[in-house]
Amino acid sequence: MSGAAAVRMAGIVKRFGRIVANASADFEVASGEIHALVGENGAGKSTLMRVLAGMYPPDAGVVEVATDGGPLRDVTGWSTRQAIDAGVAMVHQHFMLVPTLTVAENLILGRELRRGLALDLRAAEREVRELSERTGLRVDASRLVSDLSVGEAQRVEILKTLYRGAKVLILDEPTAVLSPLEVGELWKVLRRLRDDGGTVILITHKLDEVIEISETITVMRAGRTVGRMRTTDSTPRTIAKMMVGREVSLAMDGIAVGREQRTGNREQRLLADTVPSSPFRVPALQVDNLSVQSPRKPNEVDNVSFTVARGEIFGIAGVEGNGQTELIEAITGLRAASSGTVSIADSSGTLRDVTTDDVRARADTGLSHVPEDRQRRGLILEYSVADNLILGQQHRFTGGANVLDRVRISGNAASRIKTFDIRPPDESLPSRALSGGNQQKVVIAREMSRDFTVLIAAQPTRGVDVGAIEFIHDQLRRARADGKAILLVSADLVEILALSDRVAVMYGGRIVVTLSGHEASAELLGPYMTGAQGTAA
Amino acid sequence: MTSPPIDRPASDRAARVRVALEESILPPLVALVIAAVVGDVLIIVFGQSPGDVYRQLLEGTWGNAYGFGQVIYKATTLTFTGLAVALGIRAGLFNIGAESQLASGGFLAALIGLAMPPGTPALLAVPACVVAAAVGGGVVGAVPGALKARFGASEVIVTIMLNFVALALLNFIVATHIHVSETLHTPEIHAGALPRLAAVLPMFSGSAANTTFLLALATAAAVWWYLFGTRPGYELRAVGLQPDAAEYGGVRVGRVWARTMLLSGLLAGLGGLNYVLGYKHYYEEGFGTGSGFLGIAVALVGRNHPVGVVIAALLFATLSQGGLAVNALVPKQMVDVLTAVVIIAVATAVPEVRRALAAARSSGIGNRESGIDGSRGRSDSRFPIPDSPS
Repeated sequence: MSGAAAVRMAGIVKRFGRIVANASADFEVASGEIHALVGENGAGKSTLMRVLAGMYPPDAGVVEVATDGGPLRDVTGWSTRQAIDAGVAMVHQHFMLVPTLTVAENLILGRELRRGLALDLRAAEREVRELSERTGLRVDASRLVSDLSVGEAQRVEILKTLYRGAKVLILDEPTAVLSPLEVGELWKVLRRLRDDGGTVILITHKLDEVIEISETITVMRAGRTVGRMRTTDSTPRTIAKMMVGREVSLAMDGIAVGREQRTGNREQRLLADTVPSSPFRVPALQVDNLSVQSPRKPNEVDNVSFTVARGEIFGIAGVEGNGQTELIEAITGLRAASSGTVSIADSSGTLRDVTTDDVRARADTGLSHVPEDRQRRGLILEYSVADNLILGQQHRFTGGANVLDRVRISGNAASRIKTFDIRPPDESLPSRALSGGNQQKVVIAREMSRDFTVLIAAQPTRGVDVGAIEFIHDQLRRARADGKAILLVSADLVEILALSDRVAVMYGGRIVVTLSGHEASAELLGPYMTGAQGTAA
Repeated sequence: MTSPPIDRPASDRAARVRVALEESILPPLVALVIAAVVGDVLIIVFGQSPGDVYRQLLEGTWGNAYGFGQVIYKATTLTFTGLAVALGIRAGLFNIGAESQLASGGFLAALIGLAMPPGTPALLAVPACVVAAAVGGGVVGAVPGALKARFGASEVIVTIMLNFVALALLNFIVATHIHVSETLHTPEIHAGALPRLAAVLPMFSGSAANTTFLLALATAAAVWWYLFGTRPGYELRAVGLQPDAAEYGGVRVGRVWARTMLLSGLLAGLGGLNYVLGYKHYYEEGFGTGSGFLGIAVALVGRNHPVGVVIAALLFATLSQGGLAVNALVPKQMVDVLTAVVIIAVATAVPEVRRALAAARSSGIGNRESGIDGSRGRSDSRFPIPDSPS
């Protein structure tokens, strides 16, 4: 370990009722290092870190923190405020920003600079700008938070903790919403922080990140610490095995060896072979000159055209906020297009112009949709798993006269829960009570079990654990083998490259480049994603 | 973590039922206890013994048939307005217009009752009046619904304003065209009158309780069935909980708003039958004053559930009638204050109790607030908990 211990947690137990989130977890980080805390969703990583950040008191165990180079002192059960004052701060996945205030106003919230009675906003903005430049977390201090992209909002969250003098920075899955370039910038920021003596704890389950950025690793499984090691002594495979407790196939495996050679198991080879070769491409989704306008931005989607063929995965990469969301909403009927047309193949394979159809009519024609935000759109969190498994098809689960057919709803749920291994296997639980990975399985189960010709999968594996990612990717490949047309929109370039037959990049509302899956690579796509290339078109 | 993962053994369905019961019954009970304690203080301030006052309050309401009949009569109107408000809240709409919808329903029912010749068979006359009340309330409810669906106009503002417009219009029509001179009411209806409960059960003699109460119970059952047993109900609740998810699920949110406001107004309008068909047999200016607004409290205390609404309506009716019963000991207004305390206690204590329950149980069950716009409330318990090794 590089320095004296900055944080030491021993024998942490945290229970929520009968559920044990942390069962005697140990954790130690030296000051001046970047530490990765890895484990599957629900392994207890976030709980452990929330205990450290003062959000929950532990039921047992000791938390010790050393700040300003002093000796470790017992801080067990401290409050969030005490933690922040001592320089321990956590950046959450769910942003805690006031959307109607500017970046600068959000940062100074709670410790406002005053000039007389008035807020000295100009001084605040100056301070924020300085901090922003010093750390490399570039963000316009005078913009409204509501106008920021998700990635930018996250930068503001990190800035906020640094502004408050964080010495021990805990980041919960920080890269879920960032582009490769932004991830690179984040790493730079974190390294600079470490070099200044700061301590960084990164909660993640992306193994490539762990390898790239961290110096030491703690692995958790089922509430316990199952391993501590130096990053240099580990490989993604050993970490994954420790996380899951068994061998898993990783999406990045495919890329490492290249698409053609991705023949690790027989089934994958089989699936790869059924991808139709180019001369017989039968379009199932056709988007022509589609544009979307919003009051905020004249060209959210700017004259986009593409087709997706049966048995093809068409991946759209790009930094979030470049029109992907609006494009999907225009295709699915959630948002009106200002011009252009959308056509979807019906069950007989005939392309139908659905531009003027509503959401339900498009779905009935053959459009299936895994939305990017399962908690906002994909699920009604208060509804039971069974009720969520019919969302969008509720009109097909009536016994005439609009009366819900509970027997069929229940039967449907039982079979989906079994086929898609949704846990816990209880259809009457509210969806809110499921883990992120299982919530996503509910959405996937629903959207992939119905009759469809075109599937739109937006960020299908965001925030789900390694095991579930493997499962979901497998489902997408299966659908492709079944002759479905799949539009995959993801901020995760690894995912796009692992699955797509063709890859397009969206920037500024346009598709700036389209490549075949064979040619595409992170190096090639990166400049397009940041607008460095292709915008003149 | 993007979500609150919680894992529980699938076998404890019974435990979950118990939890659900606790969650729905305990919080209002605590609120009632708080209100009773505040009531004690008030009664002592007035120099009376709380025991005496509460005893008299209960005796004057549930203790004798007449008092009980009055409670039933008052609860009937409140059930309708409470259902109206609750249905709206389930769809994320706040209908403050039950007051004028109730009046319009009563007015139109009276108009139809007057238009029919005397001797029209009840089998024809009663349904005609019921439909008239539904139409009268429905029209007044549909206007804000349509404006919200079409232009995004806040239903809160529009329903408040429509209260003034509709009530003034009704008063004008009655005063200038069809009132019985020297009074503020219309002549008695010729057909459609409903029997009092006393006609069947003579002990209710003198009380205003009438068969509209049965209609209220049937309506509550129908609302329950609509909300939880039908596709439109599924979609309505989806719109109220998560409009974005409903939209994703192919629900036309604007249409649901429009339809729900119409139904909400319709329910409030049916409340007018209680007075017009069941009690006085004419429409009178201000016959239901306050019942529309109290309907908001009924929905709140009844947690927007039809069964809860019926119980809450009985509670508020008891308080209202009880005020008269204890008039000799304490000012009648004391009970109005008590009613207000119940509302405040429910609004503040219920979320607190539920939070405490959740903390005690530490199970992280989503605790949806039962506030006015509580249907959109989100759980504040986001506990990351390990997947059970299975």
